[in-house]
Amino acid sequence: MILTLLAAAPLVGAVATAVLGRVRSDEPSAASPAKAVALAASLVPLVIALVALGRYDLDEGGYQLTTQHEWIELFGAHYALGVNGIGLTMVLLTTVLTPLVLLAASGDRLDRPERMPTYLALVLVVEGLALAAFSATDAFLFYVLFEATLIPLYFLIGSFGGPNRSYAAVKFLVYNLVGGLLMLAAVVGLYVVSSRAGDASFLLSDLQQLDISTTTERLLFCGFMAAFAIKAPLWPFHTWLPDAAAQATPGTSVMMVSVLDKLGTFGMLVWCLGIFPDAADWAAPVIIALAVVSIVYGALAAIGQDDIRRLVAFTSVSHFGFIILGIFAFTTTSMAGSTLYMFNHGLSTAALFLVTGMMIARRGSAGIDDFGGVQKIAPIMSGFLLVAGLSSLSLPGLAPFVSEFMVLAGTYTRSIPAAAIATVGIVLAALYILIMYQRTMTGPLSDDARGVTDLTIREKAALAPMVVLIVGLGFFPQPLLNVINPAIDTVASHVGVGDPEPRTPTQINAPAPEGSGTEEGGH
Amino acid sequence: MSQLSLLGAGLPAADLPPIAAPDLEYALLAPLFVVAAGAVLGVVVEAVWPRAGRFTAQVVLALATVVVALADTIWVYTDLDVVDTERLGRGQVGGEGAVSIDGPGVFTWGILLVFALLSLLMFADRRLDGGLSAFTGRAADAPGSASEAEAVKARLEHSEVFPLALFALVGMMLFASSNDLLTMFVALEVLSLPLYLMCGIARRRRLLSQEAALKYFLLGAFSSVFFLYGIALAYGYAGSFRLSDVATAVGSRTGDEPMLLGAMALIAVGLLFKVGAVPFHTWTPDVYQGAPTPVTAFMAAGTKAAAFVALLRVFFVAFGGASWDWRPIFWIVAIITMFLGSIVAVSQTDAKRMLAYSSIAHAGFILVGFAGAYVGPAGADRVTSVSSILVYLAIYGVSSIGAFAVVAVVRDGNGEATHLARWAGLGHTAPWLAGAFALFMLSFAGIPLTAGFIGKWSVFSAAWAGGLWPLVVVGVLMSAIAAYFYVRVIVLMFFTDPVGDGPSVVVSGRLTTVVIAVAAVATVALGVVPGPLLDLAQHAGALVR
Repeated sequence: MILTLLAAAPLVGAVATAVLGRVRSDEPSAASPAKAVALAASLVPLVIALVALGRYDLDEGGYQLTTQHEWIELFGAHYALGVNGIGLTMVLLTTVLTPLVLLAASGDRLDRPERMPTYLALVLVVEGLALAAFSATDAFLFYVLFEATLIPLYFLIGSFGGPNRSYAAVKFLVYNLVGGLLMLAAVVGLYVVSSRAGDASFLLSDLQQLDISTTTERLLFCGFMAAFAIKAPLWPFHTWLPDAAAQATPGTSVMMVSVLDKLGTFGMLVWCLGIFPDAADWAAPVIIALAVVSIVYGALAAIGQDDIRRLVAFTSVSHFGFIILGIFAFTTTSMAGSTLYMFNHGLSTAALFLVTGMMIARRGSAGIDDFGGVQKIAPIMSGFLLVAGLSSLSLPGLAPFVSEFMVLAGTYTRSIPAAAIATVGIVLAALYILIMYQRTMTGPLSDDARGVTDLTIREKAALAPMVVLIVGLGFFPQPLLNVINPAIDTVASHVGVGDPEPRTPTQINAPAPEGSGTEEGGH
Repeated sequence: MSQLSLLGAGLPAADLPPIAAPDLEYALLAPLFVVAAGAVLGVVVEAVWPRAGRFTAQVVLALATVVVALADTIWVYTDLDVVDTERLGRGQVGGEGAVSIDGPGVFTWGILLVFALLSLLMFADRRLDGGLSAFTGRAADAPGSASEAEAVKARLEHSEVFPLALFALVGMMLFASSNDLLTMFVALEVLSLPLYLMCGIARRRRLLSQEAALKYFLLGAFSSVFFLYGIALAYGYAGSFRLSDVATAVGSRTGDEPMLLGAMALIAVGLLFKVGAVPFHTWTPDVYQGAPTPVTAFMAAGTKAAAFVALLRVFFVAFGGASWDWRPIFWIVAIITMFLGSIVAVSQTDAKRMLAYSSIAHAGFILVGFAGAYVGPAGADRVTSVSSILVYLAIYGVSSIGAFAVVAVVRDGNGEATHLARWAGLGHTAPWLAGAFALFMLSFAGIPLTAGFIGKWSVFSAAWAGGLWPLVVVGVLMSAIAAYFYVRVIVLMFFTDPVGDGPSVVVSGRLTTVVIAVAAVATVALGVVPGPLLDLAQHAGALVR
């Protein structure tokens, strides 16, 4: 019930925002009630998510706060919600980021200012659908929500983005639809397999019990994985992301990269590994190779960008490489690291997109060469950029470092070459962030950048909580890991590969509580 | 008997074979009779009613007929007997073996009547074009002639379209439930002839409309002949027109194999023409574009539904035993239909032609479910080929009528502004209308939470269950191509600025607005809560022979 409320609150807020925006749009202070309503509406899910966190019993683990109703009986589809540690982490990320995005986005200068309420409402719709998708425990429901998120995001990119937005929006949609439709074929196949085994059911717990023949399992895995790999995005399916991020508004980019793209990695971890563990094991070498290529390619491509937004997009390709690498290394350390990375990457990329968005809005250009010496006139903005950038390059003491270290440490026990090549990504990350910082912020103030002003209070308020969280989780990641670890143990036992014999004891993991597996847990 | 003996003067009555009066199931066949009676009454009204109120009288009569028939259809549906306990079936063969009043057939009656109701509201809307209907005042006048101008000035109207539509409707209903091939042919002609005529009487762009009618008539007649030749061969093979007798002959493989293959091929040509499948699709874009938009809507939804159910009946019942002979052909037809429909639609610049190619692509998607030929396991409740196609047809028809209704209200000084360039920026000038059209496009593209997704899901799952997973994968990839052109229209409406003075949208077309609203609500509702429709189609059970 609480999860239903959680997902419904932003959707109701979206309707309220759109309606109130319409009512008051005749007056000069056009969208201000809509802005306040949207912000308030996004705080409600945050409160609900915190309540959910409080009510989630960490010792028990597994899926909790569950709701289950028949939805489409003939298809075996249920309206079934529930979260485990992974889902809860993603829910927290989404609910934390959305208010900050709305706060930052309410200052965006749109082509048509009167459409601000629509813009904010669509962001809330994305939030609602994402929250529902992260807590869905029925494959059909998850698929429906996974695909449905495309529509509001498509309108966000296409209606409110830069000059080339319509191309970017269509490219975004077509790429994601191809993946989604391949997943649709796999969902259909899953229905057929499930209905042959008895009564058709799409519940995760039922699907995990399903006995699928090897070939079918591999085919179905490929269908699911295609959707998630395009979404995440994994090289070579990433090309939609830089275009979309370069055209979208910063707020849209955050919702897209920090929240919705996590559905891809979340899907791999929960759905691919949950339903097709053997096929995942079979495909792991290829996916690990692609993930390593993603890490290096994304970093190299980021170094070569002139456009700040494309640069940030390519850093995400690299970071998603780390996340996917950790998931398919199949060690508890690396998978827990990946889950933590999903949260931390969400924070650091959101901060990076928002602060660069503020820079770009002030300068009127996204070219790195159009800035220079901005630090002198906008020290606070430059400070935020530095912290966000350093977190993106995984500086020790900031949150992403912990997760990146865990991914690499876990991968190392599985595959030394993969871990070794991936480590190159860290070095390259230092290059792309620091070169960008150096060229935009340091040196003599360029004449063109003279008009840049420092951040307003509203913008500081949007960025500060992210920085606090990045620093806080950098020093003290354990509370979040306590939420994540039991769920990861369940996934790992389900995959059944098991951790390799430790060559060095790792203390990051809390000892796995015995019997923490739930009824949905593996065999 | 006594009459006959009078006619056969000189012959003793006992020499004549006794001819029993047909024993009809009036209660079950009542929906057909109601629609036919409404149509005949419409002709009488046309003859006797004073001109002043004739249009209104026809509208009221036609709508009342459809509503009564719909109510009766629901009653018949709930009252069908359960037969065939192994695999659920409902209904019985009636009309001396000519008609099969079974679950799928009656379900199709229901959706055809709903389509007719929505389309007739569009027929009746006279606010869109300065107080005149979408049909020309006097079809006999040459386009652009003085007498045409006179007819416009006198505000003449062809109110015959209402009885014609009802005749076409009764043909469709009979087509979907015929149990022998000859009845099917008669029904095919009954549904086609009024449509040929209605295509040619558009008020605007009359030459295009007349061209469409002529093309439709010539090609339609041509395909009817194929169909008829196929029937003849089937009779030669089986010695009977009845589908069940043909099935028996096919099952025992008595007779001449080439004759059977010829019969299947020729009948398939005739039926695939009606559903608009490649390579028999070439009439579709021209006719959809030229016909008056309300007629296009009625035809797109109704003909497709009736023809697909007839296709199911012929191939699942009569030729079911030879499915390994015909299934591979249908795989190929399905693939090229999806491919060509989607690819060619991308390059269309006219809204109606784009929707026509979209309808071709959808015929391909339905054929995927058809080629699966999945009847479900005995005793279990599964999505079968029949139930999935029924669901798809219902959903596609409603969205399709909604889309054509939007086309009908996007107008400029010269009537409908069908060129897509004129639609640029519609999202800013008429957000609700453009939103509805975008919704229909998303439904056609099969995006979740719209009805189209449920339809697509059903046919794909039937195909997969029938063992055709490669066809499903091809199908989803074709959906992606199709999605591209649906999305292109959304881009045009919402993300492109209007060129010059955009189209003026007549929002005062009250009846058409009702149609758009109903279709939009249904598209969302069936996407979010598809359970009742699915259960209804599932409840229909198998085809009764």
